[in-house]
Amino acid sequence: MTEQTLVDGLYREGPSIRDTKAPDGPLDRQWSERKFGAHLVSPTNRRKLTVIIIGTGLAGASAGATLGEAGYQVTSFCYQDSPRRAHSIAAQGGINASKNYRNDGDSDYRLFYDTIKGGDFRSRESNVYRLAQISGSIIDQCVAQGVPFAREYGGLLDNRSFGGVQVSRTFYARGQTGQQLLLGAYQALERQVAAGTVTTHTRHEMLELVVIDGRARGVIVRNMVTGQIETHLADAVVLASGGYSNVFNLSTNAMGCNATAIWRAHRKGALFANPCYTQIHPTCIPVSGDHQSKLTLMSESLRNDGRIWVPKTAADQRDPRQIPEDERDYYLERTYPAFGNLVPRDIASRAAKKVCDEGRGVGPGGLGVYLDFADAISRLGKETVTARYGNLFDMYERITGEDPYQVPMRIYPAVHYTMGGLWVDYDLQSNLPGLFVVGEANFSDHGANRLGASALMQGLADGYFVLPNTINDYLASSPHDPIGADHPAVVEAATTVRDRITTFLSAQGARSVDSFHKELGHIMWEYCGMERTEAGLRHAIDEIRRLRGSYWADVRVLGEAEELNQSLEKAGRVADFLELAELMCIDALHRRESCGGHFRAESQTPDGEAQRDDENFAYVAAWEWAGADSAPTLRKEALRFEWVELKQRSYT
Amino acid sequence: MNIILRVWRQKNTRARGRMVTYRVEDVSPDMSFLEMLDVLNERLTLEGDEPIAFDSDCREGICGACGLVINGLAHGPKALVTTCQLHMRSFSDGDVIDVEPWRAEPFTVIRDLIVDRSAFDRIIQAGGYISIPTGAAPDAHAVPVPKADADDAFDAATCISCGACVAACPNGSAALFVGAKITHLGLLPQGQPERHSRALNMLEQHDAEGFGGCTQIGECTAACPKGIQLDVISRFNRDVLSAISHRGD
Repeated sequence: MTEQTLVDGLYREGPSIRDTKAPDGPLDRQWSERKFGAHLVSPTNRRKLTVIIIGTGLAGASAGATLGEAGYQVTSFCYQDSPRRAHSIAAQGGINASKNYRNDGDSDYRLFYDTIKGGDFRSRESNVYRLAQISGSIIDQCVAQGVPFAREYGGLLDNRSFGGVQVSRTFYARGQTGQQLLLGAYQALERQVAAGTVTTHTRHEMLELVVIDGRARGVIVRNMVTGQIETHLADAVVLASGGYSNVFNLSTNAMGCNATAIWRAHRKGALFANPCYTQIHPTCIPVSGDHQSKLTLMSESLRNDGRIWVPKTAADQRDPRQIPEDERDYYLERTYPAFGNLVPRDIASRAAKKVCDEGRGVGPGGLGVYLDFADAISRLGKETVTARYGNLFDMYERITGEDPYQVPMRIYPAVHYTMGGLWVDYDLQSNLPGLFVVGEANFSDHGANRLGASALMQGLADGYFVLPNTINDYLASSPHDPIGADHPAVVEAATTVRDRITTFLSAQGARSVDSFHKELGHIMWEYCGMERTEAGLRHAIDEIRRLRGSYWADVRVLGEAEELNQSLEKAGRVADFLELAELMCIDALHRRESCGGHFRAESQTPDGEAQRDDENFAYVAAWEWAGADSAPTLRKEALRFEWVELKQRSYT
Repeated sequence: MNIILRVWRQKNTRARGRMVTYRVEDVSPDMSFLEMLDVLNERLTLEGDEPIAFDSDCREGICGACGLVINGLAHGPKALVTTCQLHMRSFSDGDVIDVEPWRAEPFTVIRDLIVDRSAFDRIIQAGGYISIPTGAAPDAHAVPVPKADADDAFDAATCISCGACVAACPNGSAALFVGAKITHLGLLPQGQPERHSRALNMLEQHDAEGFGGCTQIGECTAACPKGIQLDVISRFNRDVLSAISHRGD
């Protein structure tokens, strides 16, 4: 291609793509028709077929257990020391299902509609409708596994309303729903280990995908205890490796969460869809200093009774209790009188950043706003407030050392979910045959913004019910030609991994991996965070390129390759974040509209609301890797809306 | 504040370990204990010393990855918190703090403060589940569960598998860990069919891994960051005895 075809000086546009797997016809018939149309593998043949699964969170563990039960030979990998520690475990709120146990008018269609609208009309109707259809079966499955959901005195399951919807469809297990769901999936997985259908490899990290004749055929992993580089080959590879929030360094993700599995697959040809769609959560505990290693989310239910404010004047250092009412700015109540403190996540987040940018932020570094329960305590009594939020108050006090019953809480937004991910069709198969992507690692269901209590639903829908049906269609054409460890593609992949490790260990630079990660995080948070601008994104791309250039020369990784080496593990992950970050900025730059979690300052309504541009941007942006120093190629998948009407939201 | 750390360093499983002293200056009371170690590791890296290896992941007390013996106490001096939730405000200027890995025979040291806890996964494999293949479940409301049972099952199910109970137990027993799972599943109607076999199989695996027997000392529950109560062990024992007495049937 020539220089003229470069758009914005940053990318090229390639042929459009489309999902060919969802059948035509009525929305509510598509999934059953697809299941009927998919090829099956006979039970006796399944034990001859192997599936590799990367990651053991909700999607990976549930897929592993279910494929093992079906009789396939499953090999599962996780970087943690046990599959049960995957980051799904930290999800607090709950899981949605259209059971309509409340008789409040819920239905598959309503859950579908809420999810499509919540995603700001940037997801596929077919996928989202299926998600809603499956949601009820997930609850059945989990209850049967012994997941101790909250119950009422009659012994039936309790529900609550969550994430601004008008029905009560969220099932929960106190504030630890993710933990309980993951333990259910983990126990099902371990049951299959005992049955001999699943082999788990803990403390193993996928570092390369093996692609032969265009098909995914295996992975190169590093044993993180011995440092050995291992080759594992299979008939299909499933990535369930989670999201990429840690590109921001500080996020609510666990320390080890990383994008390496999906990024290495992207470099091998898998399309990366909507990388700029990230979600920022407004109620996290603020950063306390440079030493900060991660951020902790508190349930946004706190906004039901807490009032958010900052001092009216900048740099007001007074104790908040000494600031009189008329010197406080309850900025959400002032700007959005109808919704007040309950405006959607992205609006609350941007408003907090705005007042902090004005110098009115509170706490260390001025990066925080008050969430004040004084009124709630005097109105409801301390006892009621304790009953509603006691565990959250305790958590806050543990981390900050401040008592929120006495002093207003300080909160600040933090990145906690990425809607973008590898592109998949209706079968959850990437554009590389044999490579399937499930859970947060794919882009499929949440559009530009994810609703509360929908991440757990999607992870388990993919793993328990979608993938185990669709992967048969691919495996029915297996086994493919056997390949040996000496196949040129295998050797090439393993050599790439070894060379990279050698490069890190021999660089002997002056800076730690963490210092680069922090610097990258600052760039991304500032310019590709909750508000993005043309100039900011261009600046960020320059900065990322500069940082990436110095990384390979100036990074310092001590220790050896063939031993447990945590700096080396981080070095590879940060190297991949440094490439992914640029693609996120290019995607954010090219999408000159605001939608969901992607807010372009140039595209807003007079009220400061996200302004979509359906005429020009109602598509999935799937990016193709074109080489380390080449501009990526944009492949558009047009989004058609036949069952819902596109609407602009308004909260003022 | 300034503190003195004495940290267990051990290059690998076969190597001999030893306590190494580090002085850490300008520690902020707002740092978590692990962030303090991060800061030390950053300095060690720049000085050319290999950083101290320790496990941690979520850093919000739920994944169960972290776990250090701090001044002889599993997860340190504060009750009901994991190591990652312990903050430096719990210590004072000039303190000397000993940092060691979990010590128990089945928990082999892999490097520095990291131990191998895979025995816990194998105990779960032996029976810590309800056999219900995907797709075979009845409607979620088919079987009501009394709220009190569901709540008690939940309390037991909050175990994070960190291993503090084993590290704290003079016998190196994992009875609290096993009892928590047996209680969680045994309190629910769905868990009844396999209740006896579960108890026997998990006990057998527990012993095979080299964990010691429980003598009801109670250090485990005192160290447990999730407050798992000692009565889960009673339930474990009861299920084992009941299983043995039924075996002749």
